[in-house]
Amino acid sequence: MFPKGTKRKFSDSGEEPVPSGDPGPVVSSAAAARTLSSSYSLQRQSLLDMSLIKLQLCHMLVEPNLCRSVLIANTVRQIQEEMTQDGTWQIMTQALAAAQCPADRLVATEVLCRQTDAAAQAGQSPKPFSVVGLEDGYRSEEAVMEGDVESEVNMSTLSPVSPQLTSASYLAGPFGMGPCWEEEEEECDEDEEEDSEECVSEGEDGDRDHLTADSRTGEQVFGTFEIKHPAPPPDPALEELFSDVDPSYYDLDTVLTGMQSAPKMGPYDLLESLSSHGPTALSSSSSCRSDLNELDHIMEIIVGS
Amino acid sequence: VSAGVAGGNDFQWCFSQVKGAIDEDVAEADIISTVEFNYSGELLATGDKGGRVVIFQHEQESKNRPHLRGEYNVYSTFQSHEPEFDYLKSLEIEEKINKIRWLPQQNAAHFLLSTNDKTIKLWKISERDKRAEGYNLKDEDGRLRDPFRITSLRVPVLMPMDLMVEASPRRIFANAHTYHINSISVNSDHETYLSADDLRINLWHLEITDRSFNIVDIKPANMEELTEVITAAECHPHQCNVFVYSSSKGTIRLCDMRAAALCDRHSKFFEEPEDPSSRSFFSEIISSISDVKFSHSGRYMMTRDYLSVKVWDLNMENRPVETYQVHEYLRSKLCSLYENDCIFDKFECCWNGSDSAIMTGSYNNFFRMFDRNTRRDITLEASRESSKPRATLKPRKVSTGGKRKKDEISVDSLDFNKKILHTAWHPKDNVIAVAATNNLYIFQDKIN
Repeated sequence: MFPKGTKRKFSDSGEEPVPSGDPGPVVSSAAAARTLSSSYSLQRQSLLDMSLIKLQLCHMLVEPNLCRSVLIANTVRQIQEEMTQDGTWQIMTQALAAAQCPADRLVATEVLCRQTDAAAQAGQSPKPFSVVGLEDGYRSEEAVMEGDVESEVNMSTLSPVSPQLTSASYLAGPFGMGPCWEEEEEECDEDEEEDSEECVSEGEDGDRDHLTADSRTGEQVFGTFEIKHPAPPPDPALEELFSDVDPSYYDLDTVLTGMQSAPKMGPYDLLESLSSHGPTALSSSSSCRSDLNELDHIMEIIVGS
Repeated sequence: VSAGVAGGNDFQWCFSQVKGAIDEDVAEADIISTVEFNYSGELLATGDKGGRVVIFQHEQESKNRPHLRGEYNVYSTFQSHEPEFDYLKSLEIEEKINKIRWLPQQNAAHFLLSTNDKTIKLWKISERDKRAEGYNLKDEDGRLRDPFRITSLRVPVLMPMDLMVEASPRRIFANAHTYHINSISVNSDHETYLSADDLRINLWHLEITDRSFNIVDIKPANMEELTEVITAAECHPHQCNVFVYSSSKGTIRLCDMRAAALCDRHSKFFEEPEDPSSRSFFSEIISSISDVKFSHSGRYMMTRDYLSVKVWDLNMENRPVETYQVHEYLRSKLCSLYENDCIFDKFECCWNGSDSAIMTGSYNNFFRMFDRNTRRDITLEASRESSKPRATLKPRKVSTGGKRKKDEISVDSLDFNKKILHTAWHPKDNVIAVAATNNLYIFQDKIN
């Protein structure tokens, strides 16, 4: 989404930069404001990318930390609200919609699963840009400490690896390390293959959970993990097949408590699902997890909570 | 001149002991996840990620050197929790011990509650130092004696034996929490206790394992609307009807169990108004409270958020009475700390026995103490370098920009993998236990 090679000066405060008048007198205040605000936009966008990746990379084996997930989700919501207010949200989602290639738009469930699988294997999903971009951004860029121009701090030292710990035990975020990232992809590929088989068998039963055409407003940040259609005519046969599906299965539990059977989606796929526009969307991941949701419900009843 | 800080007088903290392997290669299972003194301070319990509990006992001071406090030595070690697999969700349930809480001692045995994410267990730790000998029907090997050979009766005699400490699970409180348990707290009635997970709080009776009362439930009907979770909970030390719970939005709710069966409506609501000038995308995350602790007096409570510790007067809801900055120099690093997930670290905090000082951990194996009376604070480090017996700990300082003085450490040299999340203060004496990854440090003051 951003031209590659753009050098970003990443100030770490995350605060709204106030034009302080520090830029030299040569720079007009308007230009300074524009420069600052575009850097702020870049920072905000990076933060959004990071947050979306964090939400997707749930630990496969152990149930992820709900508190952490909720805090990240709230951060995403906050960014989304602010971007909606200044109009950048709509611009971004339109750009994303336009950028999607039609080959992703497949209607039949099993084909969808297979296609997602293929897409993931093609390496489309965790957009390497976000990872690499962030890595580059945080490793190689230098941050200027607030109010102190002389001492520039190298941000790469902020997430240091203690000499005693090996890279395997490096505690940084999972997306920060190349090997971990590949591991995640491999795991997901395996899961996706299993899922595509599941998808095929369950699709015929018709008890797949798919989003119906009810529109989700922008406030509902956590719709589902959908792959959005820009504007295909809905297949009436398919609609009929899924018309009795109860969308209430798409609760936050699904989203936050692990996507182990979910195909890997790029952060912008998730972003698309957050937007309010667009017609019917067919889901892949949540459909494969619907049975787990049911079991979750049953378990809660048994536990009596 | 008082070089030391905590406690008000001239205290100087010095190294006493360190427990745990010196190996640079730390096994994940050995990472300490909770530390707790018992009510008398005689026992010190630790739990680790491998589900084990190790209890240390304070040995009496030697008569030769009464100015030195005795040492803590291993008293009992047992496997409290095992890893489990939730087959319905295809997820592992970690055996990591999240919290240990002691029960007040009522007889010769000691009782503690230990919990992982899903199950709480009541353990009885008892000593056996005598053995009965001289049974009539069986001999010393345990073989049955031939009844025809018994010509006289004798009374079995208790003979001393080597001390054996046994830990046995007396109660298992399971299947009451859908979400991960973050807190347990024994009530002042010594009969009940509460357990809190991300969305619910349950009240148990120590004798009853098949039932618990749900007293707080903040799960929304539609999980998509979930924006806030419970982060910690504690019973009031004296009023058995009062408890508090903190949230990920930086609020604390005090509830009275006499008011209603379901305490969804709080009696008091503590929240400090946000400072609009420091608002950022990370404001909410750093306001999330990671720990809440009542003072021993019951008049105050203390909360820990990412950058500070706050002391609240229970009678004043709109702001804390004291705020202490733990590591304000991290405020400009929040984005990096968000990236590497350190911003989600949950630090605990603790009071000293007289409520005059508080302690909490930081990064680089630093921990901080604040004296509430003198308002002085000190930063100390738990490291092998300063681990000579009775060596006084040197105060540490982080340089916040500009010139770095000698002996100061710059923010970027801090090791964020060395975090002190768990600390405990002896209930009566100035002895502290600090967990640094897989090592347990014990420090004490030089005086007395």
